[in-house]
Order: sequence, then C-alpha cells, then structure tokens
Amino acid sequence: MRTMVLWCPDWSVTAALLERADGLPDEVPHADVAAPAVVLANNKVVVCNAAARAEGVRRGHRRRDAQARCPEVVLLDANPDRDARWFEPVLAAVETVRPGVAPLRPGLLAVPAPGRYFARRGAQVDGEEAAAAVLAEHLVEAGVWDSRFGAADDLYTAERAAREAPPQGCLSIPPGSSAEFLRGLPVTVLADDGPEGAELADLLRRLGLVLLADFARLGAGEVANRFGGYGTDVWRRVQGREVTRLASRTPPPELACEIAFEPPLDSAEAVTFSVRTTAERFVTGLAERQLVATSVRIEAEFEEGVSARTWLHPRCFTSRDLVDRVHWQLQAGMASSGLRSRKSTGETITSGVTLVRFLPDVVEPAGDHADGLWGGGAEEQVVRGVARVQAMVGYDAVRVPVLQGGRGAADRQALVPWGERPVGLRPVDRPWPGRIPGPAPSRVFAVPLEAEVVDEASVPVAVTARGMVTGEPWRIRLGRHWCPVASWAGPWPVDEGWWLASSTGASGSPGSGRAARFQVVGVDGRAWLLCWRAPGTWEVEAAYD
Amino acid sequence: MFEQMFEHGWVSVRPLEIDDPRAVVDQLRGRIAALEGGPTRLLVPMVPELADLVQLRTGGVYGVDSATLGLALAAGASQAGEWVGFTGWDDFGAEAAQQRGIVLGRTVLVPAPGEHWLEVTAALVDVLKVVVLRPPGGVDAKSASLLEARLRARSAVLVVQGEWPRCDARISAEQVAWEGIGHGRGRLRERRTTLVARGGGRVSVRADVVL
Repeated sequence: MRTMVLWCPDWSVTAALLERADGLPDEVPHADVAAPAVVLANNKVVVCNAAARAEGVRRGHRRRDAQARCPEVVLLDANPDRDARWFEPVLAAVETVRPGVAPLRPGLLAVPAPGRYFARRGAQVDGEEAAAAVLAEHLVEAGVWDSRFGAADDLYTAERAAREAPPQGCLSIPPGSSAEFLRGLPVTVLADDGPEGAELADLLRRLGLVLLADFARLGAGEVANRFGGYGTDVWRRVQGREVTRLASRTPPPELACEIAFEPPLDSAEAVTFSVRTTAERFVTGLAERQLVATSVRIEAEFEEGVSARTWLHPRCFTSRDLVDRVHWQLQAGMASSGLRSRKSTGETITSGVTLVRFLPDVVEPAGDHADGLWGGGAEEQVVRGVARVQAMVGYDAVRVPVLQGGRGAADRQALVPWGERPVGLRPVDRPWPGRIPGPAPSRVFAVPLEAEVVDEASVPVAVTARGMVTGEPWRIRLGRHWCPVASWAGPWPVDEGWWLASSTGASGSPGSGRAARFQVVGVDGRAWLLCWRAPGTWEVEAAYD
Repeated sequence: MFEQMFEHGWVSVRPLEIDDPRAVVDQLRGRIAALEGGPTRLLVPMVPELADLVQLRTGGVYGVDSATLGLALAAGASQAGEWVGFTGWDDFGAEAAQQRGIVLGRTVLVPAPGEHWLEVTAALVDVLKVVVLRPPGGVDAKSASLLEARLRARSAVLVVQGEWPRCDARISAEQVAWEGIGHGRGRLRERRTTLVARGGGRVSVRADVVL
C-alpha cells in the first residue's frame, strides 16, 4: 500500500501566527504570513519560517543573533500544545477528503495514498499528484497555505519526499525505488529527525560522507558497532530493507447529536417538543456502544449567541431527562425573573433558537447503571412528579437537603438542586471544634435575622477577645419585639476565615471573623441560636422551633 | 365423608393469635376499599412519641404549630421507606430533620414555591406520601377542597404548618420546657412538651412528649 505524507513546513510558526490572528478582532490588520518569524524556546530559535531563513536566521541561533540579522523578525513563544491544537483542523480537513489519517506530529500527517481513483481521464498528472492537489485545495480553504506532499512505498521515504517537494506540490517516488531516492539525499536531511539525527548527520559530515549513498556503502557490522540503534535504522532504510507501514487513526465515534431549526423556534415549548427524537437518538447512540451519559453538555444556539451548560445526573440521562434539561436551560436563559411559570415563558424569548446540540461529557458503561431485576423502579414515579414541579417553578426551586461539615447551623447543610450531584461538600466526619452540640435547630435561616441582646442595664452584650461575655443576656430583640431571656448558654467562640482577608469565609457571609454563638431561651419557651459577630452585631442564625 | 367430618367436629377453627383484632380488621377493610377504588383511610406509620396522640390516615389534613412537629409527623413515613416533601420551608433544618428520623435521601424540598404553592403541593401530593406545607398566607376554602380531593384520590397525607380551613386534627404545644440549660451554663439537651390534639369531632387528647 502506498503512503502519502503531508508536511506543513515550520508548523510552529504557522500555528503561532494563526493563534495570534485568531485572538485579534477583525479590524486589526493581521500579521503577514510572509513576514519573518521565529519560535523561541529558552531564548534560542527552534523554528523559523522561510522569510526569516532568507534573512540568515537559522535554527539554534540566540534571540539577539536572530534580531541582529533581521531586526523586524516576529518573536513567538514555543508551545507544543498550541501546535497540536491548531493542527486538529488540518486533520479534520484532510479527513473529510480521505479517511484513515495518521497524525505523526504537529505539522506532519500521513494518509494511505488514494491511488488511481483521483486521476482524471486524459490528465497528464498521475493519481497521487491529483489527490495531493485536491488536498492542498482543501487546506487552503482551511487557512493553511504552505503544504507539501510526498508519496512512496513506505512512511519514511514519503516523509523525506514531502520535505523535498515544492510548495503545494507532490513528489511521488515510483514503486520500488524508495531506497534509490533516499540514497540520493545529503546526510544533512537527518537533522530533521531530532537531536540524535542532528548528531549523526554532524558525525557523518565530519567523516566525509556527503550523501546517504556513501553511508549505505558501509558494512552492516560496522554501522551496528559504531552508530547505534538509530544509525542502524537509517542504514537499513537506505538499503531498502526496512519498511515502516502506516498505522492510521480510527475516527472517534460520533456520539454528539444536534438538531437545527429552520426557521428558528422562538418558544421553549416548541424547542422542547422538537428535540425529543434527537434526545432519543443520542441516548440510543450511546446505548449501542453499551454506554450511558452521566454528564451532558447542552448547547442551544440563538440568533445572537449560544447558551451552553453542563448538566450532571445522579444516575444516568434518559431521553426524557435530556428533554427536561433543554426545557429548563431555555427557560432559565430566556426568562428575566428567578421564578418562572409555564405561562410566562412565551413572551420573554427575544431571539429564536436555531440549533440544539447534545455533547456527552462523561460516559460510563451501561452495566454500572442498570436497574436490578427486582425493584428499583419505585422512585420512577417520584422522579416524574418532581420533574413536573420543576417545569412549573424552575429546576433549581426543587432541592434535596444534604448534610456537610461546618460550625454554624447554616454551614452544616446544603440544598442541592434536584437531579444534580452534590459537589464540593465539606466532610461531615471531622471534629469541627466550636460547633454547637446537642439537638440541631429545626429552622435554619438562609439569611440570618437581625437581633439585639442587652443586659439588665440595657447595655448591649458583647464578647471579649478572650471569649468572655461582658454582661448577662437579659432581653433580646427579634424584629421589633423584645423578649425577656429565661435561660441562656454559651458562648461558643469561633474565629473563622481570618486567612481570607475581607472575602467570604467558610460560613459564606462576608467578613466572617471572630464570632460567638449562644443558645437563648425566651420566657415563652422558644429557643434561638444567636450569633455575635465582631465588632458588635447580633443575628439569629436558627430557631429551635 | 366431609360432611361426616364436620358433623363430628373433627375440624376445628381456632382464632389466630392477634394482639388487637380490631386494628387488623380496620386495616383489612381499608385494603379492600383501596382495591375497590374507593376513598380510603389507610394508616400511615408514626414515630412512637406521637403514636398515642394522633394517628395519621391517608387523605387527611393535619395542622401543626411548629417546625419540629411537622418534621416529627413526617418522620414515621420516611423511616418506613416512603418519600416525604416539604413545601414553603425556606428555613429547612436538614440536620434536625435527620435527627428526628427523616431520611434525607428520600426528601423533596421546595423552599420557595411562591405564587405556585398550590400547584406545587398538588403535584407533590401525587407522588409523595407525606407533604408538609407552610402556606404563604390565607387559604381559601376552594383551594383547600381541591387539594383535599387530590389527597383522598392519591392516598397521601398533608401536614400544614399554618392556617387551614378544615383539619382532621390540629396538634399544638401547650407548655414547653427546655432541659439542660441554665444561665450561662450547660446547653439545650431536650425539650419536654405538653402536646394537645384537637379536632376531628373527638375529645382533645393530651400527651407529655420529649422531643
């Protein structure tokens, strides 16, 4: 099987320039791709483009040497991730024309040569050159101007051929003549293979071997003794004995599903109704591979933007769950108020939805989530009923209470939206010194109520830095009513969040610093959990109602 | 031959050994009525502290005057494996609920249903066994009767903390005394309450309860 290699020269420079152009708004003139540019790592040139080479800049030059030879050179930072990231569209562009793409490294990929099918009848070029021309055309559309192609019997020769090819051209090595082609090359081409290639090329040059053909004339034993594993590989290749076959990449399965609306739909209900079959297709597509999704990203494209949100599911998503999530996401994105009703969503939509896309974020084997043979379906009704409530008042209006660790009453619990997995909870099984022992308060106020505590002489009670009360609580004011104190206990002093200067502490309230908690029972038998906060405010955190 | 056996009294029917035959008969009647599709008054499990004060039956509305009582009434069903819900509780104390015996994993909480409290409660009544409701204000008789009809049809119990036009029973605390707390000493340990259950055409029942 013939192999074709696509080489984008100086890919690091191209990728860096593409990224710079991508970050800029359209009005700003782009940096010219033909301008001299170099990519630097540790202040040394690792890659330079043709314009910089023409000015005398070479790989390995120091930054100031490069700038001395070419003052207007564009200096770019080395970033292998960026190179790989920007090579992905090139892979996709090639894959649309020819499947079985094998990325070798950023800037270099291989495909099985298409053979005769691309040859036009009566054309003077052969199939491989015609195929290369088609690929080059696609790549120019994708924004890559400089691409070179090589076709040969094996991968190594094809790569060498691509490096010898003219811009956007294809060098096709006839079948059976790979070794002959390699033998005609100078030994300096080995420097492209990396540090050991550069070392070998340097050594061979100093030994007086100019062409690879000279190297090929050495004996197998001498090469194996003197030039190591890499040298032997090269020698076997130029002898035509080693043939590297192409291992093509399998395209990843397409699990994402999308549906486009033409004309755009401007009501959440209409979209919800229309995505039903797409959601079913998404879940079925996963099920065919024995997978279920536990985290799904839903993207809804509007005429003026995109609403994207990742939804977690405590078990796994069914198609009905996905339809619900789409409904909530659209309602939440469109409605202005926090509380939505079924009736009020129709008017608040301002622009139509053109596309809804489901992307699987986390997939797990379906076997882990299968129902047992008996039971397990008892909660099904509850799930359905709660989904109805969520459709009425919004998905985050229905909560599941969970416990977490903490000192204050409100810190020790969390209300997780129904259908979401609780994340980021503090562990319960820690000692949490300073927390109030005994029965927990039955009412925990999300926002503490304002209060006032005075002693017998109507002087406000405070807590000293050593945790002592300045006076005995005699009366407390809750709202506008004063209530005499029957008994009290405390203080339980805590000093939380002092390491977070003026930001939110562990209790969630800003500026939580020194505080002390009290249990106070009024003469009417009602008991409260009060909190004193420095410098001197009282609040009711919870009630033992 | 069989006739002979009966005549000679060879076969004797002994009554099953049951602690309280009337309760069993009541329960069986309720089950038969449920099978026939009629309105039923099945017993709902209760925590032992409140068992001699009031007995929750499906389709009923029960009034309470404190959050603790609301939690305690829902706890029995939750421990028995049923789902319970709380509507309008924007100050739900999760830890207290768990200490009362409510299984938080089978609890649905709608902290602020707002103007939709009636629809939300009706939807929850469809699927949950016990729904504890704190209505936002006055409840008119029409909404109440709508919800009561739904309760009977779905065999659920509504516990209301607040005003409600007709309650099967209303439980309130007459006296509250806290143990374990002094003046700057100790801590709240337990609450001794005298509870009284009124309504439902029965005499008031009093009970001293430690909650």
